[in-house]
Amino acid sequence: MEEDIEKIQEETKRWNKDCLGKHTFRKCETDWGLEIKPLYTVDDTKDINYLEDIGFPGEYPFTRAPHPSMYLGKLWTMRQYSGYGTADETNKRYKYLLQQGQTGLSVAFDLPTQIGYDSDHSLSQGEVGKVGVAVDSLADMETIFNGLPLDKLSTSMTINAPAAILLAMYLAVAEKQGIGTEKLNGTIQNDILKEYTVRGTYIFPVGPSLRLITDIFEYCSKHVPKWNTINIAGYHMREAGATAVQEIAFTFADAIEYVNAGIKAGLRVDDFAPRISWIFNTHNNFFEEIAKYRAARRLWAKIMKKRFGASDPRSWMFRFHTQTAGSALTAQQPLNNVVRVAFQTLAAVLGGAQSLASCSFDEALALPTEESVRLSLRTQQIIAHEIGVTDTVDPMGGSFYIESLTKKMEEKITDYIKRIDELGGAAAAIEKGYIQQEIQESAYRYQKEVESGKKVVVGMNSYQVEEPLPKGLLKVDTEVGAIQIKKLKELKTARDNQKVQSALLALRKTAEGYANLMPPIIEAVKAYATLGEICDVLREVFGEYEGTSVI
Amino acid sequence: MNQDKRIRVLVAKPGLDGHDRGAKVIARALRDSGMEVIYTGIRQTPEQIVDAALQEDVDTILLSILSGAHGFLFPRIMELLKEKGLGDILVLGGGIIPEDDVPELKELGISEIFGPGMSSQTLINYIRENLSQG
Repeated sequence: MEEDIEKIQEETKRWNKDCLGKHTFRKCETDWGLEIKPLYTVDDTKDINYLEDIGFPGEYPFTRAPHPSMYLGKLWTMRQYSGYGTADETNKRYKYLLQQGQTGLSVAFDLPTQIGYDSDHSLSQGEVGKVGVAVDSLADMETIFNGLPLDKLSTSMTINAPAAILLAMYLAVAEKQGIGTEKLNGTIQNDILKEYTVRGTYIFPVGPSLRLITDIFEYCSKHVPKWNTINIAGYHMREAGATAVQEIAFTFADAIEYVNAGIKAGLRVDDFAPRISWIFNTHNNFFEEIAKYRAARRLWAKIMKKRFGASDPRSWMFRFHTQTAGSALTAQQPLNNVVRVAFQTLAAVLGGAQSLASCSFDEALALPTEESVRLSLRTQQIIAHEIGVTDTVDPMGGSFYIESLTKKMEEKITDYIKRIDELGGAAAAIEKGYIQQEIQESAYRYQKEVESGKKVVVGMNSYQVEEPLPKGLLKVDTEVGAIQIKKLKELKTARDNQKVQSALLALRKTAEGYANLMPPIIEAVKAYATLGEICDVLREVFGEYEGTSVI
Repeated sequence: MNQDKRIRVLVAKPGLDGHDRGAKVIARALRDSGMEVIYTGIRQTPEQIVDAALQEDVDTILLSILSGAHGFLFPRIMELLKEKGLGDILVLGGGIIPEDDVPELKELGISEIFGPGMSSQTLINYIRENLSQG
């Protein structure tokens, strides 16, 4: 074999000089500075040990897949991110999507809900029901899931600062449906650190926020064992401009912070690490995205095994949801986005996603219509059933380019994590503005490349056409705010207000002490205390995070 | 206006929307073009934005919003600016704002609404031209 490598190296040199060298060709590099060679050969993978570095699906280090049979056993969950307007409208959209063959739910909440304000708060004006569904109390959650059997579905909720409260509401809805919490499958995002850096729906300072997160870990490990208690997110960093390498590196740095917090709170790593899940952004660069997921699987397994000493193989396993890149969609010639979404969805599948949301072509302009969201669901279904990419596990494994890129990405990600460790971990790096600055630099570089034409965006900076204004976009009813405020008023007269007050008092006492916050939050939710009332109690005890911004 | 004075710009994020990639990129580009740029950070109320405009004595305000709350927040900001005697500041909007909503926003006194895909040079030129006419 060694002789072969030497011969191949010689031949590659010859080919580079005598054959390729006689032609003019483009020089390519990744967004994170790796020069991409015109040709990859076995010489580029000679340092990769198959058994140690690649291995078999479902076994350490999981490079090829987290599960042995992958899509031959079970397809990914098709889970479009959706929700808008009132609970009623959202319930209708969910029923429509399930009828169309969607296999899981993903709840988008409006901004007031995500920041813990009721719809009648002054800061909620203009925002109610706009980017997601408005939830003020358990009553709204009951409506959202009306007629949807929670023991037969898995539900992902994009909720962070008030994650404990929305989870409590979901548990209460399940109880009303007569379903034990041990049967529930689903995910809460519950990832506060990236809210401080790129997403912005923070409420409380770092300390109490981490307490809420570890309280959820502990509570669910006992009562909701199949629930993914955290969905650590790189998606939004990528949307904010991070490169593929930064996306994984900063997300893993956040994850390391959460695992440390769990251990510090007295939990055993193997009690909560198997319930860690992820959401990433599948962007345009096809091979880079596939390599990214393979590198992330391998590196996370190593981090859990070597750095944290986890011994349960499920703790090593990297299982992820991904959504195609919203920021890659263009407002110009929106139908071109159908093609972008299809390639990104394919990359996600070849990268081994467990759960997938494909953007709709009109999302650079508005929330998707029924028709556009159906088309993006159909895109997933065509990839799942028609084109043969699900017929074997990790079909890209063994490609010289993919394996080499996987290794290079793993190295680069590891370098970044070392740098963040040196800064004192993710929370300290965020406080110093390091992660924000790195992402902003990448975003600005990208913008300059688009404006200079170095990066071609079809239909936007090249191949433009004169086009009419887009028609048939979804518009959220402007009355949603008024409807929610009316419902809130009715709720506050109908409920047992004394029960609400005593539940909020019990919550305050727990917040001031050290006991787990989940039980009193569940009691408050069941008494129909509103999201805003519960968050206000916690705001008074914990204080609020003060955002800073540097440009 | 005085050619020697650098153009002062307030880049503002009204409402609860945390998407500020665009706002930050624009702020950098305007600064690199020689303007003085103040960025408010996210989650600003109309009152906070108008106070910042007053204190910083800016020539132009760029409002960036992607959450769809422009229909409430932009009129409120324009109303407060007029109340404080700042009605002559050049105000521009950007983000995800449906074309259908643009005429109404322009009637409030917002000079232009820029959408996704705009180049920063287009904006720089627009600001320079419109301030020199003012």
